Amino acid sequence: MKTASPFLELDDAPRVTVTFDGTPLSLPEGANLAAALLAAGVEVFRHTPVTGAPRAPFCMMGACFDCLVEIDGVVRQACMIEVSDGLKISKPHEAQDDPA
Amino acid sequence: MDTDYAIIGGGVVGLSVAWGLLKRGLSVTVLDGDDGSFRASRGNFGLVWVQSKGMNQPRYARWSQQSAAIWAGFAEELGDNTGQTVPLEQNGGYDLHFSEETLQATVEKYEILKTQLGGDYPFEVLGHNALRKEEPHIGPKVVGAILHHQDGHANPLKLLKSLAADVRRMGGRVLTGKTVTDVVKPDGFVITCGDGTTLGAGKVILSAGLGAAQLGPKMGFKAPIRPQRGQVLITEKLPKLINRPSLIARQVDEGGIQIGATNEEVGHDDRVTQPGLSGLAAEAIAAYPALARAQLVRSWGALRVLSPDGLPIYQQSAKMPGAYLVTCHSGITLAAAHARLLPDWLEGSEAAPDLEVFSEDRFAVS
Repeated sequence: MKTASPFLELDDAPRVTVTFDGTPLSLPEGANLAAALLAAGVEVFRHTPVTGAPRAPFCMMGACFDCLVEIDGVVRQACMIEVSDGLKISKPHEAQDDPA
Repeated sequence: MDTDYAIIGGGVVGLSVAWGLLKRGLSVTVLDGDDGSFRASRGNFGLVWVQSKGMNQPRYARWSQQSAAIWAGFAEELGDNTGQTVPLEQNGGYDLHFSEETLQATVEKYEILKTQLGGDYPFEVLGHNALRKEEPHIGPKVVGAILHHQDGHANPLKLLKSLAADVRRMGGRVLTGKTVTDVVKPDGFVITCGDGTTLGAGKVILSAGLGAAQLGPKMGFKAPIRPQRGQVLITEKLPKLINRPSLIARQVDEGGIQIGATNEEVGHDDRVTQPGLSGLAAEAIAAYPALARAQLVRSWGALRVLSPDGLPIYQQSAKMPGAYLVTCHSGITLAAAHARLLPDWLEGSEAAPDLEVFSEDRFAVS
């Protein structure tokens, strides 16, 4: 997965472990989560709820809402979050028990 | 004379009327403002709504019903003509209630209106359990709802876009960035804009929303129009959560849930406020608790265009015959009526709708 990513990792911070859809990923602590996920080879962050089209970060500055992920049951913009140890990240609205 | 009709104001109201006149083979020039103008057509809630309209004036309820009934055909024609569809759902809408008392009081008023309308007012009252069957995400605090089968909602921005495209397609001239400063009628009408543009016209329609309050008196109208602010919120795009729209929330065709709206008398101030938005969010969560977890994407404020009694004004000027004031709060709901029915009134044809109750005569001279 990692070798396929066109994104370079710039952070030289200690690594922490997060999961994305259950898959463990080792990311630099404090890095921008959207950037770190892209560098780790995550290409599809979510599917749109209306057409099911795949989506990934676009603006990287909090405006476009394309990089939405779900963390602790809350849908958030990955580009507005820093990497921290133990984050459980998933694609929004795709869990079985999601009421929304 | 440059044009049969000059239309001052290129929002949904002005463009709807322009569309109808163009279809009758008349030449039309629309003078639209700029991004500094207050533009209700770009900030509204998008309902095509019948219930609660005209509680004290059945003609207004009937006019709204007439428009709602021909809205789908109008939207379809716009889509066919331009290739830009106007999303519309007319499967009914709710007035949600958090107390039995307000629900009962509203039902009693609707019953009176229904009688005045000869029984043509198809609504039913849903208790909490019946409502929950229709809306599985409804919250426990909602005691019930009035489901009115003539209600619905549209995508108002796509309506505006499609209307503007079709007006141009039919040869209408739309001049943007124009602030009309004066209208005189030495012989025909001469309209002057702030940038020095002048335009000669056979007839003039003032459909400038809040701008009519300044320009109207120069043209012989009372134009007692005031702004009323509505703040709204919209969420991220979500899977289907709400089936039918209400004044509290609606799920738009693109998936986002639009949450509305405040009613504030704050003059020409279209900003949002934290208390305003918090109140809206709390009410929406009370209605649909799952919204507590939804991500908000944007909030904005827009100014309603209100007459003293909230009803439209359709008035020909006594001082300048051939000048008409066309203004209303519900430009989306009434778009179809303005496009298909109002031109007959403007042209004085036999098919003209009776709009007597919407004249300015109802407002006392102040």
